[in-house]
Amino acid sequence: MESPLTQNYAADTGIVTKPGGAGAWLHRYANPGRFQRLVTPILPWLAGFALLVTITGLIWGFFFSPPDWQQGIASRIMYVHVPSAWVAMNGYALLAICSLLSIVWRHPLADLAAQEISPIGAGFAALCLITGSLWGRPDWGTYWVWDARLTSVLILFFLYLGHATLIRAFDNPQHGYRAAAILGLVGVINLPIIVFSVYWWNTLHQGNTISLTGPSKIYITMLWPLLVSTIGFYATFFAVILARISSAIMEQRTRVLLLTSAENSGTVALDTPS
Amino acid sequence: MLFAFSSSLSYFLSPRQVLLKHPAPGDIFRLGGIVQVGTVVKGQRDDKPYTSFRITDGQASIPVVYTGILPDLFRQGQGVVTIGSMAPGEHEFIADTVLAKHGASYMPADVEQALKKAGKWNPKFGPPPNAATWNDKTPQQIEAENQGSQPQ
Repeated sequence: MESPLTQNYAADTGIVTKPGGAGAWLHRYANPGRFQRLVTPILPWLAGFALLVTITGLIWGFFFSPPDWQQGIASRIMYVHVPSAWVAMNGYALLAICSLLSIVWRHPLADLAAQEISPIGAGFAALCLITGSLWGRPDWGTYWVWDARLTSVLILFFLYLGHATLIRAFDNPQHGYRAAAILGLVGVINLPIIVFSVYWWNTLHQGNTISLTGPSKIYITMLWPLLVSTIGFYATFFAVILARISSAIMEQRTRVLLLTSAENSGTVALDTPS
Repeated sequence: MLFAFSSSLSYFLSPRQVLLKHPAPGDIFRLGGIVQVGTVVKGQRDDKPYTSFRITDGQASIPVVYTGILPDLFRQGQGVVTIGSMAPGEHEFIADTVLAKHGASYMPADVEQALKKAGKWNPKFGPPPNAATWNDKTPQQIEAENQGSQPQ
């Protein structure tokens, strides 16, 4: 008996699979199939938009925004530092939502999304740490201090790395998804710590400049390029994530199709010329 | 216990906390606050140039002596974090490292000048005024707004 989801997959691929064996877990890819149909056409547009907006924001920030009266041109590092910090933090929030979807509903797309988010999130966290360090040397007088803000962002970076490693650490991917989802959820506690660290404890890092509830402590000609750059960084993040999820789905499908054809033909040779 | 945990997560102690805790001379800790205006003195001691100043948190202040190169952002009235220990017997902090603490404001030089001219802000005496009064106004607007009301 075929489930409606299996039929959906069969309609997608034109391949009718036997129930049982590899076919039994095929139904899981019904939703990813819908994801592919949705994402494939918008991906080039999103990627183009991301590239254009990021470049616009950075050129605006680096060359056409006024330097800070005290920091001089070093203040322009913020056009990379601040957006990458925001993307790294909200990327982790997204990872946590995927972890929840995975644990509670066993949503297969959430597992793939989590798997593809963590390395990219680690990249943005690293960018934030490196640019912050380069700014710290001239302005604070040091590359690094162990204050609550810097340390909690370093922990965010390690959480991403730990997740990326754990989710790929098992022969049975389901075990990896489960373990990584638990790590992803536990790590959420770090997000409010990052955000409020500058208020809960004395830190060398300054408090928040941008405020959604009150006036932001940044001049408008610096705020605009920062916002454009931020939109660009988010678009870049999503474009990369969606492309990676899309190729992960293709990869799994290929594996499943190979398994299925091997099962049907009764051989395990995967490179038999047709 | 939670309080102890919380204070160990703090990167530095304020002068008031130092006066309450009385760290033993030689114990290395971090002292942070605002460089008190008018207290920065540069001189020579044993043929080495040194800087002395007071760090304040508005409630208490502690004299600091530092031998070395100050960071670019070291200014009177601005935040600073120093690493060192109390001198034996004296109520003086010997700093081995001085780090500048940057405020949260990002402001072009002409806006800073306009705020100064309008008498709305002197960077020596603390952080800038409410951001709504300057973050989207031209320097000319800022100067025009307060001229006469607070001449300086």
